[in-house]
Amino acid sequence: MSNGDSAVPLLAARDLTKTHGMTRALRGASVELGAGEILAVTGTSGSGKSTLLHCLAGIVRPDAGVVTYAGQRLDQLPEKRLSELRRSDFGVVFQFGQLIPELTALDNVALPLMLAGTPRGDARARAGAWLERFGVRGQGELRPGEMSGGQAQRTALARALVTGPRVVFADEPTGALDSLATEQVMTALAHTAREAGTAVLLVTHDDQVAAYADREVRLADGAVAVAGVTA
Amino acid sequence: MIGMSTRHILLGLLASGPSHGYDLKRRHDERFPQARPLAYGQVYTTLQRLVRDGLAEVEGTGADGGPERTTYRSTEDGARELAHWAGEIAPPAPFVTNEIFAKVVVSILSGGDAEAYLRAQRAAHMERMRELTAVKTAKGADLATVLSADYALNHLDADLRWMTTTAARLTTLTAEVDAA
Repeated sequence: MSNGDSAVPLLAARDLTKTHGMTRALRGASVELGAGEILAVTGTSGSGKSTLLHCLAGIVRPDAGVVTYAGQRLDQLPEKRLSELRRSDFGVVFQFGQLIPELTALDNVALPLMLAGTPRGDARARAGAWLERFGVRGQGELRPGEMSGGQAQRTALARALVTGPRVVFADEPTGALDSLATEQVMTALAHTAREAGTAVLLVTHDDQVAAYADREVRLADGAVAVAGVTA
Repeated sequence: MIGMSTRHILLGLLASGPSHGYDLKRRHDERFPQARPLAYGQVYTTLQRLVRDGLAEVEGTGADGGPERTTYRSTEDGARELAHWAGEIAPPAPFVTNEIFAKVVVSILSGGDAEAYLRAQRAAHMERMRELTAVKTAKGADLATVLSADYALNHLDADLRWMTTTAARLTTLTAEVDAA
């Protein structure tokens, strides 16, 4: 199993600071993610874990500090190049609302492939295979509003992974689910990411969810409080 | 009788039909995969006590080509005792007697670093939770394994939530302990 210490990390943040208005969300946070590693970022509300994810995913730029991805400075990349990289190399899953309500599950998952130029038929076939891996193939023709929360999140995971990203960013992906649905979503995510060799940065306040990861980094007041042992 | 007891577990296993000690041990270890495996000595001592108390009786002795084995069956008293135990409420865990809380207080009293202790304890708890999660999500894990791992995971998770709250309140707790 890979980890952030043994080799050059795939993704790394060093001494990040970020202020939202009057609030300092990050105060010198550093973290490394190895290729294929599942890393849990935990901490209480307001500890800065979502802001850290946004900086690492190139969604927001830090005020200071360095973010490197595969050897290049993410924080200095021009916006156009950054959004290309996010589409090709990154997948994201949030707590709610990332599926398009008017599209079926199958078309939601096929969409990123079609945006990248894959013909609709091929995109739908690949999307179907991913829905199957997440155990929701039978719900492919349902729209998000017709699915349970767990089915919708597994569809969102399929959509995040369909393009074969090297990193998936998951921000409280089970935050709105009960414990059984959480177990199904997390088991699917962990198994699939390990099979595909995809690294996962998993932000969660739920320690049972964090236990699906290989390692934990705990934030307190915008900095790393304790880096857990690699499993 | 209150609480988890080998005698009631064995009576429960005997409820499905007569069995001998070796078989009871094997079925116990299969049925409760996360529990400590029963020792043979403990199984035989318990069976003898069940017979003494009229809750089980010897059905017969046979060799069946192998070593000689005594087969036991539950009595009507045994079935009644089992039904009583199974329906009895387990006492909710006692309030504030856990080792982690004691160590935090002792650490404050002796001028130690309670925060560092809580961080290290958290890392150990998370490590164990990762192991249990791997056990329950392994391909082919049966439901008994999943449920027994879940039981342990939920208890460790409760400890962690308590430790998080305590870590956030250490300054106040230190003032309180020092003033007493």
